[in-house]
Amino acid sequence: MTSSKNYKVTVYVTYKESVLDPQGQAVKGAISRMGYEGIDSVRIGKYFEIMAHPSDGTTLEETIDAICDKLLANPNMETYRYEIAEAQA
Amino acid sequence: MSPRFAVIVFPGSNCDKDLLWGIKNIAGMNAEFVRHDATDLSGFDAVLIPGGFSYGDYLRCGAIARFSPVMNEVRRFADEGKPVFGTCNGFQILCEAGLLPGALLRNTSLRFVCETAQIEVANNATRFTSKYDPDQLLRLPVAHAEGRYTVTAEELEQLKANNQIAFRYAKGHNPNGSVDDIAGVTNKAGNVLGMMPHPERAVETLLGSDDGLPFFASLIDSLAA
Repeated sequence: MTSSKNYKVTVYVTYKESVLDPQGQAVKGAISRMGYEGIDSVRIGKYFEIMAHPSDGTTLEETIDAICDKLLANPNMETYRYEIAEAQA
Repeated sequence: MSPRFAVIVFPGSNCDKDLLWGIKNIAGMNAEFVRHDATDLSGFDAVLIPGGFSYGDYLRCGAIARFSPVMNEVRRFADEGKPVFGTCNGFQILCEAGLLPGALLRNTSLRFVCETAQIEVANNATRFTSKYDPDQLLRLPVAHAEGRYTVTAEELEQLKANNQIAFRYAKGHNPNGSVDDIAGVTNKAGNVLGMMPHPERAVETLLGSDDGLPFFASLIDSLAA
């Protein structure tokens, strides 16, 4: 990536499968009470929108990985994935 | 001269005065507040991290506090083998900082619990619990919404093998869904302890319980040794 471009990074942080999500269960309970059928489970995660550009010497991926590992996700209980797209001018 | 205790104050800490009261006015130690932006802990013998809602609990409880300037010093302090204690939000901060294993998640009930909990001393061979009897039952206040201690199955086995579980909720009295009823753990070296219950709120019988006094007495004793 060249540093002249700006990017929109969308980060999704979710609980690991092994981690209980009582808030998601409560939402699923509400959906069931609404009468909708066929909903098997609900898990709640976090979504981040980050506007960024690569800085000298590091790729945007390296920077986003580091930010996710250290701050946005707690690796003890969460995983993350992200998408990088060129921002509209 | 008696040992010097640092009580760390973050934006949003709200049990800092209780902690200072307990260690200074009740236990009679030298103690003072140290701000989140401090960069020097020299001269202190122990660090106490209070409860509260540091940085509004934004993102995750303790996640932002972890990056406060003072935490670099707390990490160095802990690496030197000196005692660090965190209660409630302090426990959450120590987990987020990686100074203790595991994480604290939303209570299974989804409710904020505020009650006097039945706590069992799971290990009285730590520098924080030596004045308790083995398996002694304590009445200590808890007040939190994110206190469900979570570790992987492998980490739990390691905690047990290394005797790192210091406190458990008494059988049938787990207020938050913590794995294995865990209420407090130490690091492997035993100089860092975090717990959800508040021993500093149980230092005067007038206020319901003084079961927290031996906790501070143990810590003070370990500094004199």
